[in-house]
Amino acid sequence: MFIKEYISEIAKATKSLWTGMRLTGHYFVRPKTVITQQYPDNRDTLKMADRFRGEVIMPHDADNLHACTGCTACELACPNATIKVITKFELTPENKKKKALDTFVYHLDMCTLCGLCVDACPTGAIQMGQNFEHSVYDRSTLTKKLNKPGSKIREGVE
Amino acid sequence: MYTETQIINNSNDELVINVGPQHPATHGVLHLVITLQGETIKKVEPHLGYIHRSIEKMCESLTYRQFICASSRMDYLSAHINNHACALTVEKGAQIEVPQRAQYIRVIMDELTRIASHELWWGAMAMDLGAFTPFFYAFREREVITEIMEETCGARLTMNYMVPGGVMTDIHPDFQKRVKEFIQLFKSKIDEYDDLVTNNIIFQNRTKGVGHLSKEDAISYGCTGAVARASGVSCDIRKLYPYDIYDKVTFNEILETAGDSFARYMIRMGEMRESIKIIEQLIDNIPEGDYQAKTKAVLKLPKGDFYTRVETARGELGVYIVSEGAATPYRIKFRSPGFSNLSALDQMARGGKIGDLMATMGTLDLVIPDIDR
Repeated sequence: MFIKEYISEIAKATKSLWTGMRLTGHYFVRPKTVITQQYPDNRDTLKMADRFRGEVIMPHDADNLHACTGCTACELACPNATIKVITKFELTPENKKKKALDTFVYHLDMCTLCGLCVDACPTGAIQMGQNFEHSVYDRSTLTKKLNKPGSKIREGVE
Repeated sequence: MYTETQIINNSNDELVINVGPQHPATHGVLHLVITLQGETIKKVEPHLGYIHRSIEKMCESLTYRQFICASSRMDYLSAHINNHACALTVEKGAQIEVPQRAQYIRVIMDELTRIASHELWWGAMAMDLGAFTPFFYAFREREVITEIMEETCGARLTMNYMVPGGVMTDIHPDFQKRVKEFIQLFKSKIDEYDDLVTNNIIFQNRTKGVGHLSKEDAISYGCTGAVARASGVSCDIRKLYPYDIYDKVTFNEILETAGDSFARYMIRMGEMRESIKIIEQLIDNIPEGDYQAKTKAVLKLPKGDFYTRVETARGELGVYIVSEGAATPYRIKFRSPGFSNLSALDQMARGGKIGDLMATMGTLDLVIPDIDR
């Protein structure tokens, strides 16, 4: 009886190993089922999802206008003090003082890309960009000024 | 205290070896001090603290919206479920009614996260036992889930999709179609997992009867999740204390009685199939409506303490908030599943061989940042 059990166990073990090997072989002879992406080579065709959170950007239109009022809602919403909004006072045509954006400082090196700033923005001035290739040689280059030089707030944005 | 590498030879012929903190089998910076007699384990002593980031203390200076994203960094494999637990606690305190649509989306996302987490565990555990290919098979299907997450939530691992009152954005227009495609794909592929690993004779011999944990020990160590259910303890929070819409879906709580490594493995394999069942029931019935309740600009919780618990991929996660009525919590405590499950490792491994320790640790499904926080 012992020998019979011994042999049946070997047969069972061989079968289980064969089942696994057959599956591996199945994919070995069908290379089309492989889904590996050749990343740096497929950069031209690689498209990230629309909502992918890669970095915070401030879109400017053709006239170099943005929608940021300098309300600092994003700065308050940020959990790691990634954003610093520096404001200044501008004179309106009616000779009144009005708060306006001076510099929008964004520390990409401290950002966890949680998206709370974009969620908090009342005017839709900042968005999440899809760029994910952020590696640089010098950390200080990751501190960015998001409003372009000479840019102004769009008319009618309050 | 033990030094970095320490070998003690005493009169009992005992040998003390250090596994970790930088060891491929510990999946992170876990340090185990193992006392051996020959190849038999006498004692396993986990040393923690290598990845302690004081998340609980950090949360005390963050507002109730901000601290949710910190909880993603605890158990990063079920980040979504961690966020869910935090959001539930804040909603309980501030008495926010969550819209039906948001509840459906949350539960579907939770179950997708659970499948993704179990897939990674399955691949990593097979790798612990020396099988390398399963890792790629697991990641092939996991990639589909991360792409669905990327499309709707905007991130692949630390989603931060939950906000108090609902979810941050509505689901992507393609979401339902892609989830249905994934269900079809996954159903055909999960049988491959059984062919590759479950029915493999080497795997079965290495896990059956190894790392045994009795029902009494599982309860007294406070084990939850698959570790406790493998010993016959019914502890699924989704069943016992349903949150959101878990009371409206039908699914089975997988229970085993053997209490060994193979039982823990079978629990998780069964849970993946149950998660698919839950998603199938919900995906076509997402009600129309708001995805987020209207909340105040500055969320404040009334004075008092609030506790909720959810079932993550690893077990029971409890979030305890003490509020003094301010915009930031006075104290936050996370009851993480990994910490209690790890404490039972000594009981499981004692008396076994050192080669079996890796199989036992693999089935515990440890995520070290969850243990240390």
